[in-house]
Amino acid sequence: MTQPKLLSARPFTYVVLTAGLVAWLAPFAWMVLGSFKTQDEIFADPPTWWPQSPTSGNFTRWLTELNFGTFFTNSLVVAVITVLGNLLFCSMVGYALAKMDFAGKRILLGVVLVTIMVPGVVTFVPLFVIVAKMGILDTYGALVLPFLTQPVGVFLMRQFMLDIPDSLLEAARIDGASELRIFTRIVLPLCGPALATLGILTFLGSWNNFLWPLVASQSESMYTLPVALSLYSTGQYATDYGTLLAGAVLIITPILALFVLLQRYFVQGIATVGLK
Amino acid sequence: MSKPNSERRRRQTLIAWTFAAPFVVIFAVFMILPIASSIGFSFTDMTARDIQTPFSVDFVGLQQYADVLTDPEFQNAAVVTALFVVVGIPVTVALGLGLALALNSGIRRFRPIYRVAFYAPVVTSVVAVSVIWRYILARDGLLNMLLGTVGIEGPDWLNSTTWALPSLILMAVWRNTGTLMVIFLAGLQAIPPDIREAAAMDGAGRWRRLRSVTLPLLRPTMLLGGVLISVGYLQFFEEAFVMTQGGPLDSTLSMTYYTFNTFGFGDFAKASAASYIMFVVIAAVSVLQFRLLRRST
Repeated sequence: MTQPKLLSARPFTYVVLTAGLVAWLAPFAWMVLGSFKTQDEIFADPPTWWPQSPTSGNFTRWLTELNFGTFFTNSLVVAVITVLGNLLFCSMVGYALAKMDFAGKRILLGVVLVTIMVPGVVTFVPLFVIVAKMGILDTYGALVLPFLTQPVGVFLMRQFMLDIPDSLLEAARIDGASELRIFTRIVLPLCGPALATLGILTFLGSWNNFLWPLVASQSESMYTLPVALSLYSTGQYATDYGTLLAGAVLIITPILALFVLLQRYFVQGIATVGLK
Repeated sequence: MSKPNSERRRRQTLIAWTFAAPFVVIFAVFMILPIASSIGFSFTDMTARDIQTPFSVDFVGLQQYADVLTDPEFQNAAVVTALFVVVGIPVTVALGLGLALALNSGIRRFRPIYRVAFYAPVVTSVVAVSVIWRYILARDGLLNMLLGTVGIEGPDWLNSTTWALPSLILMAVWRNTGTLMVIFLAGLQAIPPDIREAAAMDGAGRWRRLRSVTLPLLRPTMLLGGVLISVGYLQFFEEAFVMTQGGPLDSTLSMTYYTFNTFGFGDFAKASAASYIMFVVIAAVSVLQFRLLRRST
């Protein structure tokens, strides 16, 4: 009796999933359509689905009046440096924690694990005081330094490196290879998938990071894309939805493209960080 | 034998800490020091004016904590956050679980497309997404237009004290369901198919298999997903910051928002106390969830 039931459930599942998919993607479609509409058409009554007189004016406004180049460069520079720092530093300490026996190892690992659970709101205020005291507010230093490593990244690299066979490293040690050589020539090349996952999650976090850059950057030349968009959307462009939607398209498109291309690593990252 | 061994260990310790050094320095300055200082700040009367001389402030004991807890604005923020969590989490978990079960039910075609589509909102910037949703939820926006076609006159969602919070919950559900779907899918795929097949052989129907086999085996994964999403929802802030500025009439002013505002007014000590109160709440909720789910297994 279960067999026919199973079969009949299939089309229903597809219908529900497809309806859900349309609802889920509708906001993105509405964003793209809106970004090509003129200000008059955006709230036209009755509303239009397809732009009646498509315009690229909302996008050119970002390029000409709004320093898009600066914001994009800032976002990209900050994200790339943050990713490189995390890949290098997290894998270095991850290697020590996974493959070396040393005094203080347990404490270090314990502190890393505990701080994974500390919410960002706790460190926010003193972080501002420290960065202000260092005199680096409103510089790339303020945007990058606090994020160059993250405990979760250390954990991810360590977990992955635990699976590298010790015999491989011992063989290299007997051949007289230094730890640095073993790390760069044997361990890192084996960590490709973990590095990809960490790199992508870090890039994503940095690209979308908003609250800290908002507080740490004061002059427009230091704004990242989300900071610029948030300030415009609560400030002088608050009702200029065409411009704001174009800005949203410009922020979302690169990361969405990256996601579609590299989705395996995104999903792996969630599963690893979540499940281990 | 013991001497070369301890020699070797000393050498390894040196090498290991050299490898750890860059991390340790950054971590100490930007993570450990802030965690320790915000405890310190919370027992003082530090304000923005003391920023260059953070050690010249006065010790006030638990006064800041008492001030926060008795502040009606904080109490309101606690209620707002609680509503957000209590409504948002069950909806997100149910949807994420439903999607994971549907995608794991043996359908093959278009499966990657569904997965990408439902996960897409997760990778997008809150700020960008808030702009879209403000446009959708505007008085003459897409949602009210759709409601209008079935004869319902929708409210001005984000400017209504009744509907602003539900609107933010709707957006949070849209942004977070994908995460749970992926976690639950991984959990479902880790369940050996022969267990369900055995149950089917014993005559268990679809519903019965789900209730008595799949869901109990999925419990650890659901716990993990639940904790992950609770910790995020308890700190909700950015959506409100961009979409409603905490309004109208503080109806979307969350605990993190309160902390942020207190910080913005320059009252660093009070903000630190508020952040530690939140930390305690978040830790307590996580522990409670672990307890509850462990007991019911």
